Amino acid sequence: MRFDKEGNASMRYLSFFRCILVCTVLLEVSNTPAESLDANLNTLQSVGKEGFGNSAATVAWREVAAAGPRSIPVILSAIDGASPLSANWIRAAVDAIASRYEKLPVNDLEAFLADTKHDPRARRLAWELIQDRAPSRAAKIIQGMLDDPSVELRYDAVDRLLQKADSNKGSPAATELLREALGAARDVGQVKKITSDLQKIGDKIDLQRHFGFLSDWCVVGPFDNSGGRGFAEVYPPEQSVDIQATYDGKDGPVSWHQFLTADPYGMVDINKAIPGPGDGLKEVVAYAFTTVTFPTEQVAEVRLGCKNAWKIWVNGSLLFERDEYHRGMRIDQYQLPLELKKGSNTLLLKLCQDGQTKDWTKQWQFQLRLCDATGTAILAADRRQTPLQEEAEATHGELLAR
Amino acid sequence: MSSKIFKMDKGLSVAVFMILLARASDAQSEQPWPSFQGPYGSGVTTEKIPRAVSEENILWEKELPGRGLSTPVIHSNKVFLTCSSGPEQNRLRVLCLDASDGQLLWERQFWATGRTVCHEKTSVAAPTPCTDGKRIYAIFSSNDLVCLDFEGNLIWLRGITADYPNVSNSLGMSSSLVVTNGVVVAQVENDSESYVIGIEATTGMNSWRIGREKAANWTSPLVLNPGVVELQSKSGIDAINVADGNVLWRYDAGASTIPSCCRLGNVLFVPSKGLTALAYDPKGQKQPEQLWQSSRLSPGTPSPVVNGETVFTISRGDVLTAGNVESGERRWQLRLKGPFSATPVISGNTLLAVSETGLVQSIYFDDEQGEVTGSLDLEDQVLASPAVASGGVFLRSNSRLWKLTDVTQ
Repeated sequence: MRFDKEGNASMRYLSFFRCILVCTVLLEVSNTPAESLDANLNTLQSVGKEGFGNSAATVAWREVAAAGPRSIPVILSAIDGASPLSANWIRAAVDAIASRYEKLPVNDLEAFLADTKHDPRARRLAWELIQDRAPSRAAKIIQGMLDDPSVELRYDAVDRLLQKADSNKGSPAATELLREALGAARDVGQVKKITSDLQKIGDKIDLQRHFGFLSDWCVVGPFDNSGGRGFAEVYPPEQSVDIQATYDGKDGPVSWHQFLTADPYGMVDINKAIPGPGDGLKEVVAYAFTTVTFPTEQVAEVRLGCKNAWKIWVNGSLLFERDEYHRGMRIDQYQLPLELKKGSNTLLLKLCQDGQTKDWTKQWQFQLRLCDATGTAILAADRRQTPLQEEAEATHGELLAR
Repeated sequence: MSSKIFKMDKGLSVAVFMILLARASDAQSEQPWPSFQGPYGSGVTTEKIPRAVSEENILWEKELPGRGLSTPVIHSNKVFLTCSSGPEQNRLRVLCLDASDGQLLWERQFWATGRTVCHEKTSVAAPTPCTDGKRIYAIFSSNDLVCLDFEGNLIWLRGITADYPNVSNSLGMSSSLVVTNGVVVAQVENDSESYVIGIEATTGMNSWRIGREKAANWTSPLVLNPGVVELQSKSGIDAINVADGNVLWRYDAGASTIPSCCRLGNVLFVPSKGLTALAYDPKGQKQPEQLWQSSRLSPGTPSPVVNGETVFTISRGDVLTAGNVESGERRWQLRLKGPFSATPVISGNTLLAVSETGLVQSIYFDDEQGEVTGSLDLEDQVLASPAVASGGVFLRSNSRLWKLTDVTQ
């Protein structure tokens, strides 16, 4: 995604401004030629897949790592728009520079940190350098980062509130701190802890909405997955989704059913949507379909938890697939960037169950949410109210075909 | 035929042992611990380890900045260690410490570019790094592969999941690296997209890449001879030539996907149908010969280890079993206090085993029996296998690194 034309164009744009910055800094504090640093950073930004560009980067890295501490903000700015691999080359150079100098340009680092247009990872690194050299200053800064684009900075800001709440445990002030922390928290562990504390004092928290889990699905199946072959098999829903349709399933005709989930974390249990005998169906495939509507196009992430083999199509295009069974499941297990279009967007999931017979292999389920890169929920314009348990159960088995 | 192999090996191993013993007694010499199974791929060292371990053996201990169950790698009196930190364990760390006093010499951090999801018992810093004496090669469960020189200069980076997006395991990856003849071998096998990749040690570029069976695998490769590496999987063993990745020979009777092989001379001890001993041709020009197979030597999570006469396994039931390397016959058994994940180490007639609860047990053994001679409670979960070099045993938990020395030295 960062190697496409748009990415390169944006890199060149950033490079121009970085060059001006480099010249300004290096003319003042270093005899390292500004062009050389800029060229070396460009080399680090150019590393590609399968080791492409490594040899040149090895040489460039040594040059960058030999720079003085005043160059750190400039070097950090080279992480803006860089691929994850390039970002690692650059951050390692910053680590090397910082390890050689007692004093770092803390004011410059703070200015870099304050500019949220910079890459969140680079800003986090700037904060860590400040924390290492001026801990009290870093502690003060973190207080204002509850809504920061950096997931790590936000995490620490929330953590600070939680510590404060803990030291005032049981007081009204602690409750307010917890509510404030919940509003900012995106980390699942933090949210679970805060929710647990607030629910004890009677707060009702809509976790599905907080995270952006999708609760309203249409489900069809079972199709055949004998020997795991169903993963590659193209069943009719992959060609076109018609929720009025009836298909030839594994054991006879199958039709779409509505399935609402009231689970706080959006768990969709296919064994409930498509009940089987006894321990549930094995060696089967199901599909889950939903639509989400947005007033504008936007960059987002689909975040999926699933312990069965799966495929996902967004607006008819395959986004990702994974042929793995029963190796564990958790919220945000897979994080898949995508672009949502203005208007209605379709999501189709293929969910495969294998033939293992052990108790822990009965599970056939998933949880899916839409959010931005920080984990902040992106809620569809047509999102229904989070269903109550009774309401959800009433829909199970309801046929959509008329 | 089999006794011939062992007779030759015995003669050779005695000579090698004497040379190494002489070297070990020289204070200036140092035997490195370059990879997961140590210098010989057997878990054996010529360095002294405490014969009756106790608190007195702790020379120093250091706090670590992150989790990990990778074994420390030691060379040139430097300890190289990997850790992962952060709520999602997506901060990858490579540390270099002075083996004498544990002082941090340098640290490099990286952001994980692959998935960091793993079982709570393991961590993203599960695989053990390796060294060729010039550079350190470290891989993480996220499939980020880092090459640094001994001064901490970054030589190259790879993001194997960025290259091949379905290379991951939701329980975590743990296969350790080996390097031989200028090729780093990364075995990244899982249910969805499996490879073994030969990577040029100097550039980080692919030398070759082999498609492998789509099946989860947590075992580590082992160097059989310079340029020849064995790969273990649920199908069995493949010996490959690292020059081109071509398979030299194959054992296809299946093998475990958790404990890895160890070797002594040209005999490979495979966790397969209990434990299977295979005599292999060092040049890989003919099929290996099965010497014996023993269901009584079936290893649990720890890999087997082998010294000149005896192969040792720790079972799922925490029983240490000693077997005759020539026949596979059981010599003796001893129940230890477990459970165990870490592979033990051996020096002379002493074996050190460390349990998941952090209980280090020293076992003194001969052909007839073994006995627990000492114990040390580190009071921390220890899943990482020990390493022995620079005059001590290095043990790590998710939060600390210890150096134990033989106080009788």
